[in-house]
Amino acid sequence: MSVSPQPAMPKSWRVESKPHKFCPGCGHGLVLKCLGEAIDELGIQDKVVFGCDIGCSLLSWDFFNCDSVQTHHGRTTPVMTGIKRANPDAICVAYMGDGGGYAIGIGGIVNAAARNEKVTVLLANNTVYAMTGGQMSPCTMPGQKVETAPYGRDPEATGMPTQGPEMISAITGDGAYVARGTTSNLKQLKSYIKKALQNQMEGNGFSFVEALAGCPTNWRTNAEKTWAFIEKEMPQYYKVGEKKNPFEAKKEAQQNG
Amino acid sequence: MSEKPITGEKRAFMTGNEVVAWACLAAGADIMYGYPITPQNEIMHYWTRQIPKYGRKFLQTEDELSAGFTTVGGVLAGLKAFTATAGPGNTLMQEPMSMAEMMRLPVVTIVQQRGGPSTATVIYSQQEVTLTTQGGNGEGMRIVYSPSNHQELFDYTIKAFNTAWKYRFPTFVLGDGYQAKLRESVTLYDPEEKGIERVPSEKYVGKPGTPGVDREPGHYRNTYNTEEELFEVLQQHFADFEKMTPEVVEYAQDNVEDADLVIVAHGVVFRGVRDAVKELREAGYKVGFFRPITLRPFPAEQLKAIANKTKKLLIAESAQGQLAKLVKDAIYGASAEIVPMFRPGVGITTEQIVAKVKEVL
Repeated sequence: MSVSPQPAMPKSWRVESKPHKFCPGCGHGLVLKCLGEAIDELGIQDKVVFGCDIGCSLLSWDFFNCDSVQTHHGRTTPVMTGIKRANPDAICVAYMGDGGGYAIGIGGIVNAAARNEKVTVLLANNTVYAMTGGQMSPCTMPGQKVETAPYGRDPEATGMPTQGPEMISAITGDGAYVARGTTSNLKQLKSYIKKALQNQMEGNGFSFVEALAGCPTNWRTNAEKTWAFIEKEMPQYYKVGEKKNPFEAKKEAQQNG
Repeated sequence: MSEKPITGEKRAFMTGNEVVAWACLAAGADIMYGYPITPQNEIMHYWTRQIPKYGRKFLQTEDELSAGFTTVGGVLAGLKAFTATAGPGNTLMQEPMSMAEMMRLPVVTIVQQRGGPSTATVIYSQQEVTLTTQGGNGEGMRIVYSPSNHQELFDYTIKAFNTAWKYRFPTFVLGDGYQAKLRESVTLYDPEEKGIERVPSEKYVGKPGTPGVDREPGHYRNTYNTEEELFEVLQQHFADFEKMTPEVVEYAQDNVEDADLVIVAHGVVFRGVRDAVKELREAGYKVGFFRPITLRPFPAEQLKAIANKTKKLLIAESAQGQLAKLVKDAIYGASAEIVPMFRPGVGITTEQIVAKVKEVL
């Protein structure tokens, strides 16, 4: 029996659009692999409508064998909301970066969260505007050097990085699922994404997962330094874990009740 | 689905915004996504009051960007979705409409124009002509109807859904604050009873079957990797738009055959023009009118034929030459002299038009 030298792709991935178009070492491929496996395990390939933003995430417009819509910067959440409201059976996944979610798209995401829209938002946080050439994003770390903060981000001048899951868990109602995972722990990240999808399938409320992800191109890091930044620097400020879990809440209520 | 909103013919005396809400119900619109802005608010007020009876839906979003993009989502999901806006909201709405243009999404938008630029007045103008016909990055491939009374507001709102879904370009009904707020008589009807074909909607995403297994996935994008790729895609859109144009273009004209002067006007301004032409003809002046009902595509050939026969074209509009730009583009090379009558942000009466014609003829 021969063993295939190729690692297995998720079944829901579209073979025709592979190899994918992201830079070597980019975190998007890993997040999308977790999403693909979660879709496979939940058996929802026929129901998923995948939406992506402008920025690097747009390169995933034909990534899956799922219907997909590539939208404008920051507008993916409203488009997916529009689809979900029109077709409640669809499993709507909005995929974006930290710029699309926390800067230009903040109005859309905050209001969708506040309304507890039954959509799933996946946000890859790589601390930069990557496709446009490495400018400062809401998630750039203090002291981190980027094109529009060449001497390092100064929180005095630009504020502290946006804490997305913390904010979204504060403004969502009951039934919302909110977590922050990391591409340095894919098993955990996949479990979060899977729960975020299950939460939508059960019609509980808004589901949100931020994934810490690398951008070696704009960070100008080699493999070792890329992983050091993701594993050591980022979690100092961006705490990994579940922030809001209706499944746990339900379990606790049952135990106490 | 519950009972039909309208059966038989119903005479009513109502505001233009109410007429639009009834027209959307009659047209079979499924869902409205909207954000409040004067003077279109009552469209959503009336819509939300009626929809529980007819199983339709509504979402109030956080701004016009989201209203436009959720409408785009509704259309992608295969529903007859619409929105309504004005002024600064129309400005924001151009971003989602440029996406609808690229993806060929039949989004229907009602615009009740107010004064501009910026916040300006909340009342009336015809200053959103350029924005609505050409707004957004791109080439302005959309359909824009300009009604002039409540009956037309009803007729063309119904038509907008059918035209949009037939040709798959974003479609606008360009009303204004006067039409939105004034009350007048209108006959409401069910379009099917009148033999008006109700063009069916179709899902872009979420069709039956598993993508990649039973069918190809629907992959919709508006980003293109190369200039040549975009160029190729646009050629098809231009060809479709050009092919559609003679089928979609609408206009009205009268007394143009022997006219020394033809007045060009659209929307409510046309009402004053129609009466002025009647009055002037009775007084012996050789005057006619030409009224574009579709501002985009524009009835260019028809107006050019007139502009080659008559001596003068008087362009009357409540804007500083936005209609005139469309006219000049359409009649380029024709012999008629253009006489402007521009009153941005204010109405134009029959008396003012009569006086202007007597002055220039």
